[in-house]
Amino acid sequence: MTEAATVDARPARRATRITPVSIFLWALRIAALAIILYGSYLSISSGRLTASQWRDLFVFGISTGSVYALIALGYTMVYGVLRFINFAHGEVFMVGAMMAFYVANALAATTLWTSSPVISLLIVLVAAMATSTSVAVIVERIAYRPLRGAPRLIPLITSIGASFTIQYLVRGLVGPSTKAFPRVESLRGTTEIFGLVILKSQVVVIAAALVMMTGLYLFVEKTRTGKSMRAVAEDPETAALMGIDVDRTIVKVFAVGGAMAGVAGALWGLVFPSLNFFSGFLPGIKAFTAAVLGGIGNIVGAMLGGVSLGIFESVGPSLVLAGYEIPAFSQLKDVVAYAALVLVLIFRPTGILGERLAEERT
Amino acid sequence: MSQVVDAPVPVEVELRPAARLDMRRAVRLGLSGGVAMVLVCAIGMVAAFQPRMLIDPILPMGTFFLYLLPLIFGWTASQPPPTLEGFEPAKTGARNILAGALAGVLGGLCVGLLLIVITTWDLRGVFINLSPQLAEIISFGLPVAAAIPVIALVAGVVGALGGAIHLLSPRPRRATMSALAWVLVFSLFTDIFGQLFDALSLDFVIDFLYTGRGGALTIAGALVLFAVFFAFYWWLGGRESTLRQRVQAMPAGRRSRWQIGAAVIILVILYFVPRIMGPFVSQILVTAGIYLLMALGLNIVVGYAGLLDLGYVAFFAVGAYSTAILTSPQSPAFSPEISVLASIPFVMIAAAIAGILVATPVIRMRGDYLAIVTLGFGEIARILLNSEWLAPYFGGAQGITNIPDLQIGPITFSTPQDYFYPVFLFVVLAAYITYAVQNSRWGRAWMAMREDESVAEAMGINIVTAKLSAFVVGAILASFGGTLFASQIGSVFPHTFDIVVSITVLVIIIVGGMGSVPGVVLGAIVLIVLPNLLREFSEYQFLFYGVLLIVMMLKRPEGFIPSRRRAQELHAEELSQDAWLEIYGEKGLEEKVPEGTT
Amino acid sequence: MKMKRGLKLLALVGALSLIIAACGGGEGGDTTTTAGGDEETTTTAAAEETTTSAAEGTTVPAGELGTVEVAAGEPIKIASAQTISGDTASLGEDQVRAIEIAIADKGELLGHPIELAFDEDEGCNSEGGQTAATRITADPQVIAVIGTSCSGAGVPASNVITSAGRILVSGSNTSPVLTSDLAGNEGPEHHEGYFRTAHNDAIQGAAAATFVFEELGLTNVATINDGDPYTQGLTSAFEAAYEGLGGTIALSTAVTADQTDMRPVLTEVAAAGAELIFFPIFQPAGDFVAEQALEVAGLEEVVLMGADGLLSDTYVVLPQTENMYFSGPQTPTGDAYDEFVAKYQEAYGEPPIQSFHAHAYDATNMVFAAIEEAATDDGSGNLSIDLQALRDAMHSMTHEGLTGSLSCDEFGDCAAPNIDILQNTPETADIAAVRANILATYSAEQLGF
Repeated sequence: MTEAATVDARPARRATRITPVSIFLWALRIAALAIILYGSYLSISSGRLTASQWRDLFVFGISTGSVYALIALGYTMVYGVLRFINFAHGEVFMVGAMMAFYVANALAATTLWTSSPVISLLIVLVAAMATSTSVAVIVERIAYRPLRGAPRLIPLITSIGASFTIQYLVRGLVGPSTKAFPRVESLRGTTEIFGLVILKSQVVVIAAALVMMTGLYLFVEKTRTGKSMRAVAEDPETAALMGIDVDRTIVKVFAVGGAMAGVAGALWGLVFPSLNFFSGFLPGIKAFTAAVLGGIGNIVGAMLGGVSLGIFESVGPSLVLAGYEIPAFSQLKDVVAYAALVLVLIFRPTGILGERLAEERT
Repeated sequence: MSQVVDAPVPVEVELRPAARLDMRRAVRLGLSGGVAMVLVCAIGMVAAFQPRMLIDPILPMGTFFLYLLPLIFGWTASQPPPTLEGFEPAKTGARNILAGALAGVLGGLCVGLLLIVITTWDLRGVFINLSPQLAEIISFGLPVAAAIPVIALVAGVVGALGGAIHLLSPRPRRATMSALAWVLVFSLFTDIFGQLFDALSLDFVIDFLYTGRGGALTIAGALVLFAVFFAFYWWLGGRESTLRQRVQAMPAGRRSRWQIGAAVIILVILYFVPRIMGPFVSQILVTAGIYLLMALGLNIVVGYAGLLDLGYVAFFAVGAYSTAILTSPQSPAFSPEISVLASIPFVMIAAAIAGILVATPVIRMRGDYLAIVTLGFGEIARILLNSEWLAPYFGGAQGITNIPDLQIGPITFSTPQDYFYPVFLFVVLAAYITYAVQNSRWGRAWMAMREDESVAEAMGINIVTAKLSAFVVGAILASFGGTLFASQIGSVFPHTFDIVVSITVLVIIIVGGMGSVPGVVLGAIVLIVLPNLLREFSEYQFLFYGVLLIVMMLKRPEGFIPSRRRAQELHAEELSQDAWLEIYGEKGLEEKVPEGTT
Repeated sequence: MKMKRGLKLLALVGALSLIIAACGGGEGGDTTTTAGGDEETTTTAAAEETTTSAAEGTTVPAGELGTVEVAAGEPIKIASAQTISGDTASLGEDQVRAIEIAIADKGELLGHPIELAFDEDEGCNSEGGQTAATRITADPQVIAVIGTSCSGAGVPASNVITSAGRILVSGSNTSPVLTSDLAGNEGPEHHEGYFRTAHNDAIQGAAAATFVFEELGLTNVATINDGDPYTQGLTSAFEAAYEGLGGTIALSTAVTADQTDMRPVLTEVAAAGAELIFFPIFQPAGDFVAEQALEVAGLEEVVLMGADGLLSDTYVVLPQTENMYFSGPQTPTGDAYDEFVAKYQEAYGEPPIQSFHAHAYDATNMVFAAIEEAATDDGSGNLSIDLQALRDAMHSMTHEGLTGSLSCDEFGDCAAPNIDILQNTPETADIAAVRANILATYSAEQLGF
């Protein structure tokens, strides 16, 4: 296949040959670095924001980043096994968030919401997980399974189709309006952890994401199913010969990825209490960026990538763009995320922790 | 197209009996069909379509689309198993009708269940479209207890009809299906036919066929239309092959004269199209033409060179904004306004630069990363155009207005009817470029690169120039679209250049057939003209695109009018392997539903 | 072979262009409404319009907008272009209902039925306005358009509709760019043929600024717009008035309409030390500003203030908008208005859902009055409506409407409005209650207009 010569094989050769393209790319790297560093210097030296404001942006970045990380897990696992970008994964997340919204809304009408918020949140979480998992599995069954072994771009295009289908189905079912997540009164305000003043909702998001990611890591590393997932990712043919049911394992990969996206959807409601049918698109793209940033196929990498992207995005506009006194720089926040994606793929396409993909597989 | 294996079967081998139609499959498809029917109701499609009558007074559009599903699923459920090497061809019979009916009834029962749900609970707090009006429509106005058997019966009959299609021999089947399709076309696009007959002063035809201008078909009109088209296709069915042979048998000189004659006739018709159709339809045709222009460009990038560009809209934006900046007296940054025509060379240069800027960083990226990065570029372009920061150059959210009309010599193009001609001209130009480049050195380099980058490079193809040139040519074609768009609409706004445009263009080339020019033309007509003509449909346009992308990739990845080379690539292996896989693997049988022969 | 095919295609292209060239000269000459430049427009906009008029003026005598003929028994067609989907839908839906009530109330116009021929969605953005206007003007029988809901859509719509000779009458556009700054300077997007019954934001901005400075006693504030002409116009009117009063604008910044993360912007606001944020934007961006303002350190005490774009049922019920201030047009009073509300309630099962229904009702009735004035009947029921006379009628009339006495100035501003300052308190459960909770009212004269 076209992509058989993976990126890993190239740098060695590229380093020995100087072409206009490589000169351009080097210039791009240097320019990007210079712009970032000088911008940061300008805005830090201007002293506009206090240390505590920087810290708040940072902590907020970690909390959105941990949501990205949860979504990124789905991308990275599916890519690891099937080698394609499951474009519809952002929508799997959105469906979970939608379900979380409706369940939360129903609960908010009862006394349970105020009397025992922990139980309520757990119910919301489980409902979102269940929904996202089923959607992920259904999409796999209908749209991807018949395409095993097809040229690589075909499942990618299918997943774009699946993404649009889910978006507009949801739009048709629940309407195009933006929905406001009910607020959890007991999560309002701040709390102090290790001397840091943090919003309670952010503490919950970060903690829940940590628990889920640790659980997933242990699941993949320690359990039998996890082992079979890793085996299929390494080499599906051999895995099949070893008696692993490849199709079932792939379904499980989708299910686990979906569950993580569902959790992310529910937590999203705590960070940005408002969503509509299109809300999955951007977080989806960003989570994919996070997965690449951490090294695709690499579960720990996805977590790290998510958190780093969250921090970039939260601090970046105020740090780099504000330094150049760009008016209304917060409008350009998403540009920071996309630029991060492009730069990572130019600088280090294998990500921070390196890819975990089998060599020379098509 | 069928996936039937054409390999010659040795005569001596005794054929084993074909597998019987699988009823479990019918049950499964019936339930899937039921889910689809429920979804169509729940997303509000049925209720939104209902006010529109197709055939007055018996067939409203909502009911039609709802029961189209059991027809399709009934047809699929009763499809005979594929003929495999070493087996007899499957026989058709009552079992097909039964399977279709079974699938239909199950679908109908699902709708019945939905009816019970709607009438028992008010779920509009979540599912906004589960309204009493919907219940009224799907129950045919009957009380629930009576409605459910009726729905199941109707769906069952429709499903059985779907199954019965397989019983017809090819000639009547084709005539029936084509005639039905034409009746549908006449009932859906009543505006167009009204306008057409009006322009031809055939008012009595309108009076006979329709209940009024823009109204529904009358029953008598529908029957007559069906009869006329049935007769025509029946006649054609008997003569088509001889006609084709006669054309092929013609001496080359005469044939090319015929071809030129046909082309002239088509051009004359095209010349009159905008005048007959009026501004509304012309506007749609202009929009379709602009999309077609982009699709031809993307066809080069994706179809020829195999580079999946999801940010293609950025080049469209470059074209539109460069035209706007150069020509509009209201553009904030550039004062010497030039005419739209004079701006075209500058637009091309801007597009070429944009193409190189996007292409260079992605040259060494693998295919799927390239897709995401280009998507990122597209979004970056939109955000920057929308930003306060660059508003002194691009006007921010308020865009750039007052872009003058296109002027060529003494002629000014202002109305949609006028714009039809330049758009058409550019499309012809783009199609010509696409054709010309296909077999050129560049075209061959692109296709080699698409097949296998490493091998192509080893064979001496310069991957860098090949990729850059594909992006540049694609960008220039898209920028033409942008120029025409900006001058026709008279203004540009950042929100127009959304990811949805990129996806729409992608769907066009995929549905039509990647790498195939006639396919792209067909794709643009089906995907842009139809949803715009059917106003009720526009809300569900993108849902339709999404479903179409999945279905095409699963069933016909080469598109409706495939380029020959591409079809071979995608099916070569399948053809040789499917047969034996399907004999031994039951799972294979479920999934590889072969195409019908219609 | 390849060469030959190419030549053939080229020949086709050539033939086609010849045909076009041959026939292009005879274009146009439609009997009905074709655009022309407007001789009466003496100000800068005339210069801009000359491009279109030069292009199209060849077929229509300059200064004449043409006429619309309505045959006996045929309906008189008007159109609406409002935002009827998405988050701003309540703004447009409210007005569409008012237009429908106005048509029902009127019954017949000069013996002809009235048809709302188009109910276009302008989507509260420029593209939507452009598309809706293009669609509507494709029908030469449409005489007037009631719309748009949002100024952002109004900018292109005003251009397209007025250059097609028709009039656009808005019940809720408020941006000064569409008319004038009320100090005699024409707005950059003003086109002759555009009118509005809503207030001009020069007044609303001044009212909000006066309230903040004099009543709340705050001297250091921030403004946030979203790039849309309405929000930009209102924030800059506010800023000008506020600085005129002696206050300081700590930060004037912008977000985008689809932005979700407002923390960077709010952190800047906190760093600038603003005591109040004036953000006259729309939902959902307005939701996020209010919500996240509560979470950013340094903004615990900040006062929030929005404007009529956020004054909707779905916004005031949000917990984060508690204690927020709003500026908006005064809710009309009087028997006629009560009667209108009763009809509204009866027809749509709920009381009016936004602020501009009465304005749209008045706009529709002004159009009817102008048509009555401009139309000539040939005696057998065939109407001829001169479009220039229609504009003149709009300019010369004084209409007693639900929102008061309306008479249009030379730039199309017809209202002499009062602006209310409202507050959403824990006691105000819905939009009606918020609208009743009036803290101050400013009239145009009071503010010096």
